[in-house]
Amino acid sequence: MASLKDIKLKIVGIKKTEQITKAMNMVAAAKLRGAQQRMEDFRPYAEKFSSVMGELAGAGINPKDFPLMAARPVKRIMLILVTSDRGLCGAFNANLIKAAGKFLDSQKEKGHEACLSCIGRKGNVFFKKSPFEVVQSTVGIMGNIQMFNARQVGQNAINLFLEEKVDEVHVLYGRFINVVVQRPTLNRILPISTEGLGGAEAKEPKGAKATYIYEPKPEEILNQLMPMFVNVEIMHAMLETGASEQAARMTAMDNATRACKDMIADLTQAFNKARQSAITAELMDIVGGAEALK
Amino acid sequence: MANKILLEVVTPSRLVMSEEVELASAPGANGVFGVMANHCPLLATLKVGEMHYVNDGQAVRLAISGGFCDVSNNRMTVLAESGELATEIDIDRALRAKERAERRLQEAEARKGEIDMARARAALTRALVRLHVGGAQT
Repeated sequence: MASLKDIKLKIVGIKKTEQITKAMNMVAAAKLRGAQQRMEDFRPYAEKFSSVMGELAGAGINPKDFPLMAARPVKRIMLILVTSDRGLCGAFNANLIKAAGKFLDSQKEKGHEACLSCIGRKGNVFFKKSPFEVVQSTVGIMGNIQMFNARQVGQNAINLFLEEKVDEVHVLYGRFINVVVQRPTLNRILPISTEGLGGAEAKEPKGAKATYIYEPKPEEILNQLMPMFVNVEIMHAMLETGASEQAARMTAMDNATRACKDMIADLTQAFNKARQSAITAELMDIVGGAEALK
Repeated sequence: MANKILLEVVTPSRLVMSEEVELASAPGANGVFGVMANHCPLLATLKVGEMHYVNDGQAVRLAISGGFCDVSNNRMTVLAESGELATEIDIDRALRAKERAERRLQEAEARKGEIDMARARAALTRALVRLHVGGAQT
């Protein structure tokens, strides 16, 4: 059995770890609130954006006129993988990386080449060592997500797509469902699909809508809005992942704190038992000694 | 209330304002246009520029950059990449941005970098609009 001193040291160590995980839990909770707020703030913009795109798509346009909507035989695809920059958030990044690997392998089986654009350090570090090419890595920004980050990634994806270097672009991110559940979610963002544009609007009969005045022509507006639409999608993925990361960290740290508490309880019991038996042994000694003097 | 239209200015990071106004004007890609109550549905793209609206005889100015505007059901929604009310503009920051953009423009001109030049020019326009709306002497 471990000596009293050993157990005491262990208890002290675990108590310190518990303090750290507790603090990280609270920090993550505070950051989650901020991240959720940003997601909420972004929502009206994204919703309005897709409703306008739906409106335009309903105006009777031909997908073939738009390079960003052009579907062509797939030779090479690109995956934009959004992970967090920092670890210690349970299986969150591992799940995303696993989902990405699965997707890339399935593409390989179909005979497509695949490359990656990584947002967030964790995914980047992993795939740098994999056989898949990482064409763009954006790291160190998940703590402060800005629209121009999304624009950089989006612009790069659009350029590659237009130069026909990639034929499809997908984005994989950690969708925030609630504080306990975050799900890796895959979305195709290029070529833009008509259904993706239509959204709720597509269900409405076209004639029921009031006719819009377009300034300039609907085609021109769409040409301007489509790249922005891609950026909005990426921004959305980044914000969701940001919130998911904090939520995952909160749960992970909560579990760690609880595990610490359990260990401390067990060790304290062992400590008390050891102390008790030490006292008993000492007593036996004294009694034995007194007996001998008689 | 009958003669007012609901104006909302939304950017990716926040809702800049949401108010019933009498008149709103925005810098459309084909020129500045004004919108009043019961305007017919309109969808227009916007340039970097100055927007203003009038409510109870009070005119308020905003600097917006890029985006588009949707008018329907007596509601005008402006989706801009960025937008600030005149009172929110940080003049010092805009001044610094202007100087930076001018410097970049010169550098780009010397190197004949077309993309850099376009970027610098766009940044300069944004800075100038902010300064103008913010009421600084340029």
